[in-house]
Amino acid sequence: MANVSFHVNGEVRSVELDTRTTLLDALREHLLLTGSKKGCDHGQCGACTVIVDGRRIYSCLTLAVMHEGSEITTIEGLGQPGDLHPMQAAFVRHDGYQCGYCTPGQICASVAMLEEIRAGMPSHVTADLNVAPQLTAEEIRERMSGNICRCGAYSNIIDAITEVAA
Amino acid sequence: MRAFTYERVRTPAQAAAAAALTPGAKFIAGGTNLLDLMKLQIETPSHLIDVNGIGLDEIEPTNDGGLRIGALVRNTDLASDARVRRDYGVLARALLAGATGQLRNKATTAGNLLQRTRCAYFYDTAQPCNKRQPGTGCSAIGGVTRQLAVIGSSEACIATHPSDMAVAMRALDAVVETITPAGTARNIPIADFHRLPGDTPHIETVLEDGEFITAVTLPSPLGGRQFYRKVRDRASYAFALVSVAAVVQPDGTGRVALGGVAHKPWRVEAAETDLPRGAKPAMAAILDGARPTHDNAFKVTLAERALAAVLVEARS
Repeated sequence: MANVSFHVNGEVRSVELDTRTTLLDALREHLLLTGSKKGCDHGQCGACTVIVDGRRIYSCLTLAVMHEGSEITTIEGLGQPGDLHPMQAAFVRHDGYQCGYCTPGQICASVAMLEEIRAGMPSHVTADLNVAPQLTAEEIRERMSGNICRCGAYSNIIDAITEVAA
Repeated sequence: MRAFTYERVRTPAQAAAAAALTPGAKFIAGGTNLLDLMKLQIETPSHLIDVNGIGLDEIEPTNDGGLRIGALVRNTDLASDARVRRDYGVLARALLAGATGQLRNKATTAGNLLQRTRCAYFYDTAQPCNKRQPGTGCSAIGGVTRQLAVIGSSEACIATHPSDMAVAMRALDAVVETITPAGTARNIPIADFHRLPGDTPHIETVLEDGEFITAVTLPSPLGGRQFYRKVRDRASYAFALVSVAAVVQPDGTGRVALGGVAHKPWRVEAAETDLPRGAKPAMAAILDGARPTHDNAFKVTLAERALAAVLVEARS
């Protein structure tokens, strides 16, 4: 067992857990923040995506004990019913989901992804590495390839992200 | 996942010493590959040494005009660095062709080099695998081999190395800097860092037990036009069937390294004299001695065509 303290959605949370506990399981099972979803549990689907110290990561592929002092934002921290994050509202408006299971990961990933573009980070489809990347559908598709939607809501997801980015 | 004990270290020397002290210990940095394998009990370390607090997260110029990349520099930061984008485009492109945004945010320079093969038989614990359990045999040989190696393989293993980054580093003649548990620093040319499988496919690098990577250095920029062309089964987030890292000079000379074809990034320096004559003679020399299977013989043709496409782009 080990103790770890981190900030989750702005609150200090201290938990005692088995060293094997992933960040995802710590969030879901220990802190009862069940918005982050366990899809594949192997970093292949993106449903567990959260934002840690400003960066999107797969919470299933990192240990909770490795995040002492980290600032963690989950879907619950982005917005709540009645006070939605603009990305959450855009997903609703554009019907960017069907079953909804991948949606928390899609939204956390897309919020952090737009920051990556704003910071000028290139992607695989950026034509010129020495010029700031443009906010195009092609860029968004490539940058969101780590989030799978089994219902195939991709076109509406792109519309939602594009609206928020504009 | 098997139970393990856990500690954090603050310096490279502490990391190497801690590893020497505890048999069965492993370093963990990004952890994206290690934890995946621990969940499947393919990796079963008894102790994890968390090196994330160690520093080594800077990219610094070297005295001879190159760059020294700290072992803990994340793949995202390396690909985004203005100097890497300007002077080592092949490396930035290779990094961006690999994995996803979420994984690149975690994955480190050293961890990327040390990631394990994605051979499906290595992952399937119900089947024999010489890499997973030495001496049990290779289930891939005679199995489904479409993704697997076409050159440098052995009767014991036909797995490939999955990294894109390492292929670009091979083209650039990078050097891996380490510290041993005894406190000795050493520099390992990337050409010598990864091993071919031979009859010990479970030994993948020349690192000693507990030896810790501190940095990867790049020589001064090569100039020319730089490419990383990756061919895969889908447009994003897939491992290479074949990849070509190339630096092509205006006179048509250059360097080529291949991914997706061997147990390590594949480069044959002697073959590069054929590069000005075109992709066909150059790739014939690079893949001379290839022993593809029925399922993956297409990789030989694909590699030649990928190089041909690169050479066309280089002339444009």
